[in-house]
Formats: sequence, structure tokens, C-alpha cells
Amino acid sequence: MHHPGTNNKVYKKINDNFEWSKVNFEKISNILKKYPSNKIQSAVIPLLDLAQRQNKGWLSKNSMEKVAETLSMSYIRVLEVATFYSMFNLEPIGKNFVQICRTTPCWLRGSDKLSKVAQEVCNTQIGGTSDDKKFTVVEVECLGACCNAPMIQINDEYYEDLDEENFRQLLNDLKSNKPIKIGSQIGRKSSQPEREF
Amino acid sequence: MLKQEDKIFKNLYGFDDWKLKGALKRGIWSNTKDLIKLGSDKIVDEIKKSQLRGRGGAGFPAGLKWSFMPKNSGKEHYLVVNADESEPGTCKDREILRNDPHLLLEGCLVAGFAMHAHTCYIYIRGEYYSESSNLQKAIDEAYENKLIGKNACGSGWDFDIFLHRGAGAYICGEETALLESLEGKKGQPRLKPPFPAGAGLYGCPTTVTNVETIAVSPTILRRGGDWFAGLGSANNTGTKIFSISGHVNNPCNVEEEMGIPLKELIEKHAGGVIGGWDNLLAIIPGGASVPLLPKSICDTVKMDFDSLKEVKSGLGTAAVIVMNKSTDIVEAIARLSHFYKHESCGQCTPCREGTGWMYRMMEKMIHGDVLNQDIDKLLDVTKQIEGHTICALGDAAAWPIQGLFRHFRPEIEKRIEERNRRVA
Repeated sequence: MHHPGTNNKVYKKINDNFEWSKVNFEKISNILKKYPSNKIQSAVIPLLDLAQRQNKGWLSKNSMEKVAETLSMSYIRVLEVATFYSMFNLEPIGKNFVQICRTTPCWLRGSDKLSKVAQEVCNTQIGGTSDDKKFTVVEVECLGACCNAPMIQINDEYYEDLDEENFRQLLNDLKSNKPIKIGSQIGRKSSQPEREF
Repeated sequence: MLKQEDKIFKNLYGFDDWKLKGALKRGIWSNTKDLIKLGSDKIVDEIKKSQLRGRGGAGFPAGLKWSFMPKNSGKEHYLVVNADESEPGTCKDREILRNDPHLLLEGCLVAGFAMHAHTCYIYIRGEYYSESSNLQKAIDEAYENKLIGKNACGSGWDFDIFLHRGAGAYICGEETALLESLEGKKGQPRLKPPFPAGAGLYGCPTTVTNVETIAVSPTILRRGGDWFAGLGSANNTGTKIFSISGHVNNPCNVEEEMGIPLKELIEKHAGGVIGGWDNLLAIIPGGASVPLLPKSICDTVKMDFDSLKEVKSGLGTAAVIVMNKSTDIVEAIARLSHFYKHESCGQCTPCREGTGWMYRMMEKMIHGDVLNQDIDKLLDVTKQIEGHTICALGDAAAWPIQGLFRHFRPEIEKRIEERNRRVA
């Protein structure tokens, strides 16, 4: 099962000098304050996250080298962290990173069907990116919202209580750049027991 | 059924304001200074008296764990809150983090003080993005109102809380892997001893605790350890948030008294099994890592640590995954095997190689595409993984499969037979 976060190949962008943006540079100094001054390596995950956000959702070799330089770490130490954690993508992804939870609690409530819908609407395979670079669709392991299963994550947000119908609608809305509702799609508040059918 | 006034999580579903204003109304931060004035020993004693057991899965007595922190080590002490909630089926901490973050923060201050810690890190899983932004806002509010920081709550104790986001690794829920990750390394568990209370984060005394354990502690101190111990039964006291998912009419998180019968829990709070109780096939009572229970046991079993241990399962994180008769039970477990294969950190050979091997075997078993003796071979492999790895992920990968064979072996034998007939 392909996932840009479990890939071990590193891509280098040609003619790309990764430099921190001004906003991120300020953020970094705040992040570093959280850790003892001789233990700034602790900030490697937050900094990789920042770099990924700045680099349109994935980490190029240049960006990881920049993180290493910023934290006075060797590049290999940064690389091994980037390859270990599944949220760091090592290849380019589409604008909407659709992550479908496939683990048992979501599967029991029909995550399989969501996978099919996503492949159909986004016009790509699991692990693939659509030709218009609008969608990357992957299956992921438990996202920790099991009482709102089946659910998916797109970029930073969770979309819960899905079924084939409302998921298809959601993806179509995304496709035509309409606003979409975050969280439960059936109007449920958090994981309260009252649920409409 | 748990009385409304005995509920600790008053804003579990987020109907009320989660910010400081709402938290103050619910009584959080009301007399934190007095709680701290009790002194470290008294706080630990009261937690011991409440018989609170860790809510992260292992069920270790919380008071005892806190008392392991040395008194005069001369080093910095750390409290690390484990909010890396990734056990399949579990979504209880998420509700605390986004709907009642101040409850957790107040707990951090009190527990941190009891452990002589001036610094607390909350390690939250990276996928919980909106949860972490709520929590960060709550932390900022607490700093602004001098509830934490220098002279926290006017108690004379300096206390900092920092939020640290992970990046997607189940194994970082294991305490030493979490510490490695927090130090900026791959999340691979450490050998114990030394235990974190001796040498944890940055080599300093550290206690790693689950969100729910910390969040209940201020209420225990306010209402007394005896009140908490009066709920549930001896050694299995207090209230607990149960996450009920899978084939039920109303999947939900609900706070209930420890030791509630499983059937009552599902029928009263989750709207019953889809298709009625008789349509029940099996239940995983405590998150993916514990062995499943067939209906015959679910009829009567009580939801607490000891009762579930007696039936060779466990309370774990109290995440109840319900499966009715429409479920392909072998595939349900095979999916969990895939999960463990994906999440193994790769450090110990039995787990790294074994989880993949077990998954491939389970995939074949879905279609009965194995020999009869392969069942015993797979069971034998699970026994060789269990207990032979640094952390408990190897055990967690082995147990669901062992549970499946304990209760559903005839089902797999039937599939093998059917397949043989098809092929012949």
C-alpha cells in the first residue's frame, strides 16, 4: 500500500534553495524556547512540520538539510526521523491530502466503501495523486476518532460520521472549490450518543 | 448508573464553553492553591487512597507511580502527559483535549507539584490538529491568568506546560518511545530498567501519565480519595470514560462507573447492538490490543480490570469495539494484524519480522487458504513473539490472534475445509 509518508526515497528539488519564510523563522525561535537550551534537537519534529507546511505538504532534501542546519544536527539524524514518522511526506502530494482510516473500528462501519468512492471521485488509485494534482488519496491506520467512524482526514481536519453519499458530496464540493463542513457530517456534537439515522 | 453529580467530565461532548470562562464555571481552577498547599506527600497519599489505576491501558496504580519520583535528586524533574492516543477503538482523550482542556491543565499542575516537577510536556499525536490548537489556546489563557507559569495560582510553585505535537507513530504511545520522540529521535522504546522515574527525559526523573489519569486527579483531591474509592469495586475504583464503537446504534464516548456490566453499558448508552443483542458476535473490550470475547462471555462480564483479566482479556483503554453477526471476524483481526505490522518500530526482530508474518498468515486465513496445521503454527509464533520484545507492542500484536483462536477456531477450520472442497 503506497503512502508518501512511508516512502524511503528522498527527492531533491532542482534549483531550490529552501529558506525559512519570515513568519516561520519567528515561529522557530518560539518553538526552541520550549526545550532546554542544550537539547534543541527536541524541536526536530515541530521544525520538520513547519518545513513541510512551507513546502506544500512534503519534505524535499533541501528542506531537511535546512532543518538539520537550524538545529545543528547531522542530516542523517533528521532524515531518520522524517522516514520514521508517517506524517512526513517524502514526495509531492496533491492539494487535498485525503487520508482514509482503514483500521477495524472504521472498517466495521464501512471504510471500504469510502475508499472506493474516493478512488472514483478523485480519479486515482490508493496511494496516487490525481492528474490535476488536486487530490492524493491514501489509506492510513487508526486516526483516533472511532466513535465517529467511518472518518477521514483531509489535510489538517477530520471529517466524521461519513457514508458513501455524504462522502461523495464532500469530495465533489472540494473538487468544485465549494466550502465543506469540518467534523461530523450528520450534525452530531463531538461523540455524543444521540445520532440520527 | 453513574449519578450526574459524580461525573468528573462535565463537558465531555463540548456543549459548554471549553475556554477558561466555561472552565471556571465548572469549578476548575477554583481552589487549586489549597490543593497544592496539601503538600506533595498528602497529594500522593490521597491518590493512593483513591486506588486510581492508570487509564492508559496497563492499569498501574497511579499513586504508587507518582511516589517513585525521587525527592532530592538535584536534577530537573519532568511530568510528561501522554496524549498520543492511537489505540484502535480509543477516542476518549480526544474529547478531554478539545472539550475540557483546563481540566487536564489543572491536573498537570497538581500532579507536577506532587512529583517535584517544574516542567510538563504534553505529547499529543500529530493528527489531532484542532485538538492541539484548543489545548494551546487553553495553555495561553492559563499563562495570561497566572494559573501556570511563575508562582502558579499564587502557590509559590513555578510550573511551565509545553505542548509537543508528534507526527504519526502509534509506538510513541509507549512511554519510553514517547521520551525518545520528545528528545527528537525515532520513537523506539528503551530497555527498562532504568525506569523513567530514575532516568527519563534528558536523563532526568520523569513520570509519563495518560491524559485521563491526570485529568481526574484534581477532582479526587477536592472530593477526597474515599469518594473515588467508593465508586466501582475494590481495586477497580472510580469512573472511567468508555469509547463504544463498531456495530452499535449510537457509537459514543460515555463516562460510567467502573465495573458496569458490558451488556448494560452497550444497551443503556450506545443504543444496543445493531440487530439486537442476540445478533452480537464478539466484542473487543479494551482497544485493539486485548483478546476478543464471544457473546457468551459478553452476556455477563463486568467492565473492570480484574473481571476482564479473569476471562483472559483486559480493560486496556476501555475502548469497546462491538461486532455483530455480519462481521467477518477473521478479517477484523487480520486488519488489526496489518495495523501492528504497520506500526512496529523495527527494533526487535521477533516483532519486526513476526508482525508481518502474522499478517500474511491472517490474510490467507480469511479465505481458508492455509493448511490445518498452520493454525497451531501461527499460535506457536504468537507465543514466540509475546514477551520477547523490549516493549509490549509484540504482545499486543499476538493477543488479538490468540483470542481469535481461543474462541473462533472452528470458524477458521470450517473455512479451510470449504476451500479444500472448492479446490478439489
